[in-house]
Amino acid sequence: MVAAAALAEIATPPAAGAALDIEQVSHAFDIDGAELPVLSDVSISVEPGEFVALLGPSGCGKSTLLRLVAGLDKPKAGRLREDEERIRSPHPSRVVVFQDPTLFPWRSVWDNVALGLEAQGILKSQRHRVDDALDLVGLSSFRNAYPHQLSGGMAQRVALARALVNDPKILILDEPLGKLDSLTRITMQAELVSLWQRKGFTTLLVTHDAEEALVLANRVIVFSDRPARVKADIRVDRPYPRHRGDPYLADLRRQILGLLGLDATW
Amino acid sequence: MSTYSLSDGLASSAPRTSRAPLLATWIRESGVGVLASIAWIAFGLSCLWWEDVGDWSRTHSLGIAAFIIAAVALFGTVGADYLGSAGQALRKRAPWLVALGVFLTLWEVATAKFAWLPLPFFPPPQAIIEVYTDDLPKLLDSVFASIKLQLGGYLIGATIGFLTGVSIGWSRAVGYWVHPVLRFIGPLPATAWLPIAFFTFPSSWSASTFLIALATGFPVTVLTWSGVASVSNAYYDVARTLGAKPSFLVLKVAIPAALPHVFVGLFMGLGSSFAVLVVAEMIGVKAGLGWYLQWAQGWAAYANMYAALIVMSLLCSGAITLLFAIRDRLLVWQKGTVKW
Repeated sequence: MVAAAALAEIATPPAAGAALDIEQVSHAFDIDGAELPVLSDVSISVEPGEFVALLGPSGCGKSTLLRLVAGLDKPKAGRLREDEERIRSPHPSRVVVFQDPTLFPWRSVWDNVALGLEAQGILKSQRHRVDDALDLVGLSSFRNAYPHQLSGGMAQRVALARALVNDPKILILDEPLGKLDSLTRITMQAELVSLWQRKGFTTLLVTHDAEEALVLANRVIVFSDRPARVKADIRVDRPYPRHRGDPYLADLRRQILGLLGLDATW
Repeated sequence: MSTYSLSDGLASSAPRTSRAPLLATWIRESGVGVLASIAWIAFGLSCLWWEDVGDWSRTHSLGIAAFIIAAVALFGTVGADYLGSAGQALRKRAPWLVALGVFLTLWEVATAKFAWLPLPFFPPPQAIIEVYTDDLPKLLDSVFASIKLQLGGYLIGATIGFLTGVSIGWSRAVGYWVHPVLRFIGPLPATAWLPIAFFTFPSSWSASTFLIALATGFPVTVLTWSGVASVSNAYYDVARTLGAKPSFLVLKVAIPAALPHVFVGLFMGLGSSFAVLVVAEMIGVKAGLGWYLQWAQGWAAYANMYAALIVMSLLCSGAITLLFAIRDRLLVWQKGTVKW
């Protein structure tokens, strides 16, 4: 078993992360003919393999930025590039994990994880990757279960496996742990970090939880209220695994909450 | 600890409650079976005791058959423990056997023996049995003709309806052109087309197929369309970020997600197509159960009408059961428990 696992590691070398450039991006929604600006002149440059957390008041436009990075929507102004290449449409090298697992209820766990490979037409020769991804999130024994039989945390793990099976260069996480109970959340935060360290993909995480951002990311970007503007770009230079009680992180957390206008509560 | 001792106490008291008096248990388990057997013996006696008021040839055989059923009911329920699942199934249905036996006895007495119900209109059970034995070839021909017509029309209508529904739900351009036509034609009862259909189509059979397809197609189209239109955008977003092309979005996302709606449409289409089938057979087609009903009415052969009605009811009910079985198989993911 150990030998097999080692072989699998060699067969699929960690996908190196991609660089992401967000250049002067602005975006707006049309609501009943009126234009509602959501992003205003946002520029962020992400190094390959970085773990960047996007933090901001709810409804400020963080998720919109993720949709632009994923290629699901086009920005009204500005450019997004992945490894110098313009982002124009969705691509499996940039995979999103949404707040809701949005598993397809008519597919078993295995078939849900296989979705990306099937859509790209490479499932037949790559079936082992689905098994590996399920192993990675510890759900091999649930391969034949249907989504309605899973708990919230398990469903989100399946969603994570469904993303990772594509060996993404950029993993886009839109508050993926937002709806989980606090215990499951802490476990999955640790799992995310170890997956990121093993695979080396670039990670973008939207969250409204300053503590989560500080435990996971090596860079935290704080947004203003809508229309979102970059308010602060904070480097978190602490080794992993991080401790929640670390005074350095506590200090940063106070700063961030101050930036979000919540300093009065602390 | 206290919860443990509590549940222990409950568990140990369970066998005590089941040790009820043997007689009570026997009455609960086999009493209904004995009642059923009595009801069927009553039915058999009612057949043989009095003379028939009319001339029916199967009265004697029916009486004997009733005694056989009474015997099966008695030994089947009393000895259910030795008969496995068949015995248990019989026990579960024993109350229905009682009701059926009582109903048949009353029916027999009220028609064949004392004619309390006016006679040609309310034939006795043996008259209907007589139809099944003596007029079987013609009845079977009618059954096959009906199934052929219904199946052809239904499959054509369901296929066209499904494809149209998916197209409207998926493509704005198709929706723009098809939707008004659908709104104009769809709500019209398919039977309203009957006069036109019968002189525009080359044969009454093709005309009826068209009408059945029409009656099936409308609900299937509308429900498929609404199913495809109501698929959450989140599913498409997920599939698109994973590299799905438009064909994948239609075949592997939109259609499976819409399938529960499609089956509601197929069910509704089945119901309205039965109505069209019978009317079409009564008016234009010279075959099928609808035609058989019409023919029987023309000859005042009321027993044949009841016999045909019973067959028709079994066929329609069987078709719906089949549709539901297919649905349960395809939508196994939808249920609370997975079974296959």
